[in-house]
Amino acid sequence: MAKATEIASASTKMCGQARNFVLGSWIRRLVFYVLLLLAWYIVVSLNIWPSYVLPGPGAVFSTLVTGIASGQYIQASLVSLQRLAIGYAISLVVGTVLGIFIGRYKIVSETVGSLMLGLQALPSVCWLPLAIVWFGLDEQAIIFVVVMGALFSITLGVDNGIKNTPPVYLRAARTLGTRGLAMATQVILPAALPSILNGLKQGWTFAWRSLMAAELLYVTLSLGNLLNTGRDLDDASQVIAVMIVIIIIGVAIDTLAFSTMERNMRERWGF
Amino acid sequence: MVRQSSVVTGQTLASGNKAAKSGIPLKIEGVSKVFPGRTRAIEALRPVDLEVAAGEFVCLVGPNGCGKSTLLSIIAGLDAASQGRVLADEQEIKGPGPDRVLLFQEAALFPWLDVQDNVEFGLRQAGVAAKERAEIARHFINLVHLQSFEHSFSHQLSGGMRQRAAIARALAINPVVLLMDEPFGALDAFTRDSLHGELETIWSETGKTILFVTHNVREAVALADRVVVFTPRPGRIVREFRIDLPRSRSLESHELVDKVAEILEVLKETLVEQEELHGEGN
Repeated sequence: MAKATEIASASTKMCGQARNFVLGSWIRRLVFYVLLLLAWYIVVSLNIWPSYVLPGPGAVFSTLVTGIASGQYIQASLVSLQRLAIGYAISLVVGTVLGIFIGRYKIVSETVGSLMLGLQALPSVCWLPLAIVWFGLDEQAIIFVVVMGALFSITLGVDNGIKNTPPVYLRAARTLGTRGLAMATQVILPAALPSILNGLKQGWTFAWRSLMAAELLYVTLSLGNLLNTGRDLDDASQVIAVMIVIIIIGVAIDTLAFSTMERNMRERWGF
Repeated sequence: MVRQSSVVTGQTLASGNKAAKSGIPLKIEGVSKVFPGRTRAIEALRPVDLEVAAGEFVCLVGPNGCGKSTLLSIIAGLDAASQGRVLADEQEIKGPGPDRVLLFQEAALFPWLDVQDNVEFGLRQAGVAAKERAEIARHFINLVHLQSFEHSFSHQLSGGMRQRAAIARALAINPVVLLMDEPFGALDAFTRDSLHGELETIWSETGKTILFVTHNVREAVALADRVVVFTPRPGRIVREFRIDLPRSRSLESHELVDKVAEILEVLKETLVEQEELHGEGN
């Protein structure tokens, strides 16, 4: 009994320490950002550059609030996110299937696999001119660019995961009676999950970046287009405000979707 | 499928699967294995003949590279024999089957599943309904004393616990034969000894036929009804020893130590012969 309470109290103490540590890191982070804003404010109030080149934090903040309140930024975000979702979903399906074939069959790996590696070296926004020639300056072209951004990372993530899976898992599954499609869905893919998750995360990053780059060329309302309009109007505060929106969306997807999945996986796999 | 699964519960939960079996669970006839090497073919296994009786505990011992793991893998249906055939209950095997389950040196628990789901894995493949699966899994998790670890993941368990979970996973599909490929080889001596005791209990309670590969002669003599000695490169059987010592056996008993010494002597002789042979070859 005495020992149990001892352990219990030690563990509460440790929890307390951990909480203090987390709290401390949040405070340090907050102080840093407050200082950053302060520095920005001071530089602007020195009046070195005109305000349409370097607006102050207040001006950017009010542009941000107006943009959101008018619904314009939200509308633009929805347009961009929809393109991202469609393109990413296509990449996910095609990439998983391609990755399984490349990972499982040597001949596919030597041929299609090498092509994938080569194409991954090409920044996906480079597909845009070709996509416009093929599809015209419309949704299909931009979704094509998003697909090209995410596809190769996802494919190679699945492929890597399959190739690095210890063969003993497959042997164990076979001796326990696994056959056919169940092998792919219940063993090969779950075993490859850590590497697949890396591919998914990298794929999303590439897709998001190439989407923003491509949207700069488009005239319909979207986040990338708002950046460009800001430049056309010499309105730096709009440009910065939209950049902030893009950052917030990016961080949100990173933490909500990917960090959650990663944490979940770490808990199971223990790394 | 449903009919088969009710047999599983009936045997394992009610009567403890003690029912006497007809036929010989395992008959190995002239099984050999040649691997196509880079420069020349490697003969891993000379034609091997072996019969294992129902409920028998047979250990295959020999130095590394004597093809005993290859043989086990062929019996499990995971590798094909170059020649010869394996009969399980008088039927020639063609690939893996639920009557034979292979266990490995690594427990090979699936890291994405907890203990419960790992033990249920084979039942899921056989199409057993969820409720029944859970029930059978619970029974075998209790049998290997892992209750309260059902929801732990592989990395949260010790090496010995992992092997116990792997044994439960194998037993859950109610195989006739357990094929164990150095399952305790990576464990420390204490854990190994305690697992010997547990395996012996499980064996006597379930009446399984066990074919157990090890290079640890003491382990073999402690566990087996019969010890089959292999020589390396190419692997073949040189001798068999029947172990009639009463169970459960103490590793320190004189009879056991003498038996171990006798087997080691045979192993040493064959190794010396082997070296001389290779010496002449060069």
